[in-house]
Amino acid sequence: MKVSYYPGCTLKTKARNFETSALAVAEKLGIELIELSRWNCCGTVFSLTDDDLIHHVAPIRNLIRVQEMNKNGLVENDHRLVTLCSMCYNTLKRANIRVKEKPDDLKKINDFMYLEEDYKGNVEVIHFLELIKDIGFEKIKENVTNPFKGLKIAPYYGCMLLRPKEVGIDDPEEPVIQEELIFALGAEVIDNPYKKVCCGSYQTIRDKQVVSNLAYDILTHAQNAGAEAISLSCPLCAFNLDSRQKEIKEKHSDFTRIPVFYFTQLMAIGFGLNEDYYGFDLNYVNPEPLLKEKNLIGRNNAK
Amino acid sequence: MPNKEETSSDKKLDSKEIMDRIAEASRQVVSGVEDEEVENWVTIYIMGRAYEVPADLTILTAMEYAGYKFVRGVGCRQGFCGACSTVYRKKGEYKLQTGMACQTRVEDEMYLVQIPFVPAEKPSYDLTEHEYDVNVLFEYYPELARCVSCNTCTKACPQDLEVMDYVQAAIKGDFKGLAEESFDCIQCGLCAIRCPSEIVQYNIAQLGRRLYGRYDSPEPEHLKKRLEEIEEGKFDKEMKEITKLSREELERMYAERKREED
Ligand code: FES
Repeated sequence: MKVSYYPGCTLKTKARNFETSALAVAEKLGIELIELSRWNCCGTVFSLTDDDLIHHVAPIRNLIRVQEMNKNGLVENDHRLVTLCSMCYNTLKRANIRVKEKPDDLKKINDFMYLEEDYKGNVEVIHFLELIKDIGFEKIKENVTNPFKGLKIAPYYGCMLLRPKEVGIDDPEEPVIQEELIFALGAEVIDNPYKKVCCGSYQTIRDKQVVSNLAYDILTHAQNAGAEAISLSCPLCAFNLDSRQKEIKEKHSDFTRIPVFYFTQLMAIGFGLNEDYYGFDLNYVNPEPLLKEKNLIGRNNAK
Repeated sequence: MPNKEETSSDKKLDSKEIMDRIAEASRQVVSGVEDEEVENWVTIYIMGRAYEVPADLTILTAMEYAGYKFVRGVGCRQGFCGACSTVYRKKGEYKLQTGMACQTRVEDEMYLVQIPFVPAEKPSYDLTEHEYDVNVLFEYYPELARCVSCNTCTKACPQDLEVMDYVQAAIKGDFKGLAEESFDCIQCGLCAIRCPSEIVQYNIAQLGRRLYGRYDSPEPEHLKKRLEEIEEGKFDKEMKEITKLSREELERMYAERKREED
């Protein structure tokens, strides 16, 4: 199956490990993620201002690229656009909904982008987790050759995958999609209410302390419930929950560091894919000691 | 166009003389034809004032015809140096257009203004002190992150570059894409003047190309080889002989040279 794929800027820089692991597991599942040609920044944040149309130009331009992918035969009559970064997912999906609901806005944006073909409103923005759910967790199970044998993993969603409700990939209060995935990989799911709490997002630039306090709550709640690792899907959440453990440790000397994974890294491990795809060099807390202890890495490399 | 005699002179010229000669050669277009011989005339507005000028002039030569003398805002007269940026609007049109004055033909009812200088941020940096990383671009040009993908820069580019695409390549840390897409930039600055996010596209691209050149471009094998040959003195003898030839002999040699295939 070939489907259009939107990486986003961070997956090409600080979160390359998210992309390499995702592309590898997708291939294993028979999904060819075809990178959009000439994609631009998603717009990063969905603008809520009523007349601020210029900030919707970036996401809509990307949706036009999906139309072009179909026209050029790079995908076959498939108007889905798969995203990985939760933030890109949220921005692209909300902009798409907005122009579908407000044809006048769409007309203005199309007129402004007169060098592009018009966006016809027929693209569907989805998250890779949704695609996995469509394929079925049974299929995931079938591909697991290196089961996690009860490693205790806490899923973390943050905001962008769940809120607002119209764009949530799952129930905004009781999401289970990551739980099902983690379970299918043979790990033990550690549930806790902090999985939906905001990580502090961009405040991380303005005020590290605000974010490291939030991250401390999120991580210690998971740890108190028994978690040995965190699973997530957003490079910014990853930065806040992973790299900010440095600041947490400075403030709370009794804090024990906990590895933070992109869910696709977990899948790559579970599928027993070549360790080159894991990209742990970009993880702040090195997950290798834990994985070695559980005998999940360092075995003979499969494909 | 300058004639053959002028270009193949063996007398050493300093750069001012060269520029004067080029200017002189272009000026003939204005001064070599008598007004009575000009068939078609157009009206242009230079900073709001109307002038009747021959229709086959470029904006640059038309302005000279109208009596303007360029001290700044002109250089090569060949579309390479990027000095002669122009912004104009045609009567009755809402679109603001851009072009190089030396490369754009005047049109009737054109309202013109020259942009001889673009007040753009241009920090100095030492390439050897930086890692090959996207953060270097953001360090010197943090406004890069403000791009809203409006594509206004692309529309302004007189070189028809996909400016927005190379800005996006910069954001993604795709140095190769940035270097290749921006390669034909003449640094006129029109993109930066039009950008609603106040990005200095052309200077960012220059930094990107420098980093790419330093850290990531394959060293051209043929160049390395040729430099070695020069150092070993492979061409010394030939060079010595050539410098002794007369101008006529040199011209003949040039005309009869074996050309590389295109
Ligand atoms: S004078 Fe150099 S580009 Fe026009």
